[in-house]
Amino acid sequence: MMAKLKPEDLSRIAEKMRRQTLLREGAGRAKVTVHMGTCGISAGARKIMTTLLGLIDQQQVQDVILTTSGCAGLCSREPMMTVEIKDKAPVKYVDLDEKKTLTIFTDHVLGGEIVTDFALGMGSERVS
Amino acid sequence: MIVQPEGIFYQMLTVENIPNLVEEHLVKGRPVDKLMYVPSKGKPPIPKLSDIAFFSKQRLVVLKNRGLIDPEKIDEYIARDGYQALAKALTSMDSEQVIEQVKGSGLRGRGGAGFSTGLKWELTRKSSGNGKYIICNADEGDPGAFMDRSIIESDPHSVLEGMVIGAYAIGAAEGCIYIREEYPLATKRLHIAIDQAREYGLLGEDILGSGFSFDITVHRGAGAFVCGEETSLIGSLQGQTPEPRIRPPFPAQSGLWGKPTNINNVETWANIPTIINRGAEWFASIGTESSKGTKVFSVVGKVNNTGLVEVPMGMTMREIVFDIGGGIPGGKKFKAVQTGGPSGGCIPESLVDLPIDYERLMEVGSIMGSGGLIVMDEETCMVDVARYFLDFLRSESCGKCTTCREGIAAMHDIVADICNGKGEPENIGLLEELAEAIKDASLCALGGTAPNPVLSTLRYFRDEYDAHIKDKKCPAGVCRALISYRIDPEKCKGCMLCGKHCPEKAIGGEPKGPQTIDLEKCIKCGVCRESCKFEAVLIE
Ligand SMILES: Cc1cc2nc3c(=O)[nH]c(=O)nc-3n(C[C@H](O)[C@H](O)[C@H](O)COP(=O)(O)O)c2cc1C
Repeated sequence: MMAKLKPEDLSRIAEKMRRQTLLREGAGRAKVTVHMGTCGISAGARKIMTTLLGLIDQQQVQDVILTTSGCAGLCSREPMMTVEIKDKAPVKYVDLDEKKTLTIFTDHVLGGEIVTDFALGMGSERVS
Repeated sequence: MIVQPEGIFYQMLTVENIPNLVEEHLVKGRPVDKLMYVPSKGKPPIPKLSDIAFFSKQRLVVLKNRGLIDPEKIDEYIARDGYQALAKALTSMDSEQVIEQVKGSGLRGRGGAGFSTGLKWELTRKSSGNGKYIICNADEGDPGAFMDRSIIESDPHSVLEGMVIGAYAIGAAEGCIYIREEYPLATKRLHIAIDQAREYGLLGEDILGSGFSFDITVHRGAGAFVCGEETSLIGSLQGQTPEPRIRPPFPAQSGLWGKPTNINNVETWANIPTIINRGAEWFASIGTESSKGTKVFSVVGKVNNTGLVEVPMGMTMREIVFDIGGGIPGGKKFKAVQTGGPSGGCIPESLVDLPIDYERLMEVGSIMGSGGLIVMDEETCMVDVARYFLDFLRSESCGKCTTCREGIAAMHDIVADICNGKGEPENIGLLEELAEAIKDASLCALGGTAPNPVLSTLRYFRDEYDAHIKDKKCPAGVCRALISYRIDPEKCKGCMLCGKHCPEKAIGGEPKGPQTIDLEKCIKCGVCRESCKFEAVLIE
């Protein structure tokens, strides 16, 4: 059972999470997010996830954080994933399949080179 | 040569190209792809999201965490300021102050009717009686709409946080989320989110040590459109047949189990944390005079980029369809946008510069509804669209009111007859008369708005009705009874691909010679037209 939070605990958790997910302080070198809303899953996002899990396992990659999130908005270009390399702007990839995923994993996630043919764009959305 | 206002650049034109160009682009408004300038294909560096219109024109308030957090991990929500608004409300605001903020923000219900959220909270708060309830309406029954599903799937805690703040303001100890059975992933993520929030003491007894207690349960919908109407929804939660009842009393006075109940839509709840965090004034600075904040739309239909978009109120239809949506596929011509779901209406191309807000949409005969936005091109038949929505509504009418039950069915049959070439000139008057009766004498807004699709298409596309009734023609080439297929012998190369695909073996001819369709056998499925690479199959 977790301890019940007090208001001040929220910032403590937020701080801890920021350290872990922002790829600083050695938490990882790259973060790969597969967009898995209903739209992504129906377009095949689970296969992309399985492919990535297989690659990470097979090549015993230790410093890549693999995670999921919801729909990224552009349903017609699913499956989508976002690759973020430490200290670089995140890159969104669209219309994925297993073969493209393998290329992106090898070239970008491990090699650091953006696969321009499959990338939609880089950076983040405007949040108000 | 450049054609304005689109700024389309044509290159290497010869005199022979001009008549075609004038006819297609200038007269019919269809740019001629094959004459257009195409930038040379090098390997450009990838663009920034802020340079891509689909993203740059959006403004994310409700969807601020989309694609950024794992919805199944509460810590990721907290890392992006999650539950800070709740902490702020519980530690530094009393319930009146919370309501003042929500009222001052100008937030209006995102579930359809657009009633002031702050005012509704105040009414429920002031209602005498204890054991008040709050409800989150996640029934989302409009065809083509998936805003609420996506909000829950990508950021369930924003809805929960909004509900806890609302419960604190209203004085409710229990909340329900009514979610449709067809949303298994959203339901699963809600359950995970609720469990995690309970573990952290963000739901349950003594939330954040403030002494305030509140908990939420999830109820799966019974799968009918009418269940989304608030009084039927409450009936359904009580295990009764989901039939709307007369209001007053409004749920704010007597709702679930006869207790004062405040019901809001998913997106309405998800707006609350940001309003509390950033303040009413900030929120009210976005949008138009009467409609504040942003609206989430699911953009679907004949448009290049389909998806979920969040834009400030007051954005024009043109920006949504052409900038964010990327225009119409296949160089086809834009015809209309349908908003508001089955109770909404079609907005024609002539009104494409209309800024979207609650009032403006009403003025032109449609409604905001929950945010479904269906784009239609020149190959959409507006009479057929009206028929589709009537068909949906006739099967979704709960049957309690005669006008709704019988009236919608009667309207459907008339419109179906028109599509089938059996329309009579006097049908139009009868449709209008039925529409009035259904609107007048139906209890809930299902009947009250059911005639909208017919009325709005009659208002803007009367010529299409006339073509069906008088000329027995479907100008968009959709209504099967009124069209026939023909192969243009000039364009046909005799590749015989159409014949291979034809399910009825209705196409014959010599290899390399013009093919012909046997109209006796043809079932007008359109497969030949889709398979032809030379645009030789014509609809007449
Ligand atoms: C036939 C019918 C269906 C409705 N379906 C929904 C729905 O799916 N979701 C929703 O939030 N509101 C729906 N409503 C509107 C609700 O009755 C109610 O106005 C709304 O949930 C109030 O929340 P809001 O003020 O946040 O918009 C529907 C209304 C009618 C008449």
